[in-house]
Amino acid sequence: MFQRLQPEAANPTVTFTIDGKPVKARAGDTVAAAMLAAGLHYCRTTPVSGAPRAPYCMMGVCFDCLVTVDGIGNRQGCLVRVRDGMQVELQLGKRELGR
Amino acid sequence: MIVSVRLFFGALADAGSFVLDRTYSSEAVGTRIRIERQSMTRAKPTEFDVAVIGGGLMGSAIAWGLAKVGQRVTVLDEGDVAFRASRGNFALIWVQSKGLGLAPYSAWTMRSSNAWAGFADALKEQMGIDVCFQRPGGFNLSLSERELENRRSLLQRIQDQPGMQRFDFEMLDPARVKQAIPQIGPEVVGASYSRYDGHCNSPRLFRALNAAMQQLGVAYLPEHRVDRIEYVAREFRLFSARGEIRASKIVLAAGIDNVRLGPMVGLDVPVRPQRGQLIVTERTAPFLNYVVQTVRQTDEGGLMFGDSQEETGADPSVTSPVISVLANRAVRMFPQVANLNIVRTWAALRVMTKDGFPIYDQSERCPGAFCASCHSGVTLAAAHALFLAPCIAAGDLPAAQFKPFSSRRFDVPALAA
Repeated sequence: MFQRLQPEAANPTVTFTIDGKPVKARAGDTVAAAMLAAGLHYCRTTPVSGAPRAPYCMMGVCFDCLVTVDGIGNRQGCLVRVRDGMQVELQLGKRELGR
Repeated sequence: MIVSVRLFFGALADAGSFVLDRTYSSEAVGTRIRIERQSMTRAKPTEFDVAVIGGGLMGSAIAWGLAKVGQRVTVLDEGDVAFRASRGNFALIWVQSKGLGLAPYSAWTMRSSNAWAGFADALKEQMGIDVCFQRPGGFNLSLSERELENRRSLLQRIQDQPGMQRFDFEMLDPARVKQAIPQIGPEVVGASYSRYDGHCNSPRLFRALNAAMQQLGVAYLPEHRVDRIEYVAREFRLFSARGEIRASKIVLAAGIDNVRLGPMVGLDVPVRPQRGQLIVTERTAPFLNYVVQTVRQTDEGGLMFGDSQEETGADPSVTSPVISVLANRAVRMFPQVANLNIVRTWAALRVMTKDGFPIYDQSERCPGAFCASCHSGVTLAAAHALFLAPCIAAGDLPAAQFKPFSSRRFDVPALAA
């Protein structure tokens, strides 16, 4: 769905996981951008109706890019830069207390 | 910036009149024009059995109750500028700690709490709106031995009053609290518990009552702040910028504004605003199976932390020192909430009487004028709809039931010199 504008850019590659599955991204990518580049169609489901949602505004406003990052729920994927070894999980519904 | 311009076309009296509400917004490209039909500016004032002044939870519950027993009712509401406790409350239906100093208030509260399930069912049956009433029992968590002892003493003194309809409560040690609520932190030294406490979704209650009363024929009139009330030939004439309304009976349910309206019909309603600040977090997976007096998980998952009691006049501002205390106490009670994101803080103004108990009264000078003021519009909504409204419809508040709530209790005779 999304393609990189500069496929040959020189940024080093990092590897993180989405729900345990390894995914490659560029250093400097936000988690939201990396998930879109990896071809995901949604990153969360809403807490009341369970509707799937994908990153939308990419600038910290819409809260539709919520994911669990390294065990902490409801992080805004567009405001977190992806790191080597980062563990990202889809945010399915409500955040759990203690996560 | 938003500028609102209202143009009034009173000439179209036969068909009702029209208000052109034009909202200019610097953010929007277009201009929204809303035309709403108004029915209250006909040449002859519309007459009702009862005019309720105030369209919050108090006025709406009474109006719905009146309509259910066949009264022709109108509700005159101020509008979105009104201080609206109905939109800012904590949504508890709370019994355990109410009524020290006035046993009938405890009984009235319990009666409402007991009627709440049927009240919620009736709204659901009529409008299909679930107000999410639950009565799982309520805890008040103490964070020090002194708080715990004060709590035990308060609840015991309530039960020991003369004329009290006693009910059971328990004081629990931390281990027993933890059995019910495993997420409590080590600073919780104990709790009081009563099985009679509950909660609801109060914004949905407000919407359900507003819709339900109109479905029963109540004429809901927003933007009708009442400027003046006259009592002529056993009839009330209510004047607002939108015209005149006539009714055989009136109910003052205007919150803090009852102070201004009461004397127009021979009623003294000494109430003041008392500020409460609240916090709500992001929606969280359900974990709290009980109601905690200052920590509540809504049906949709948000955690609410309340609630302050501040004598700051009619100022609904949020202040960070108070919000900090609310958040700090919530975190000490439930350490895991520290990581949750707060999505909103707000303040609302309670309608507080001198002694904290409700005022229900009827005018001697202007028979047919009633007033109702309280700070527990959610807890008492069932009582207002099902028990108070029928008495108003019948034209009399029976002394046996309502004398303890008359504002004449504040008329203390001057001491002899």
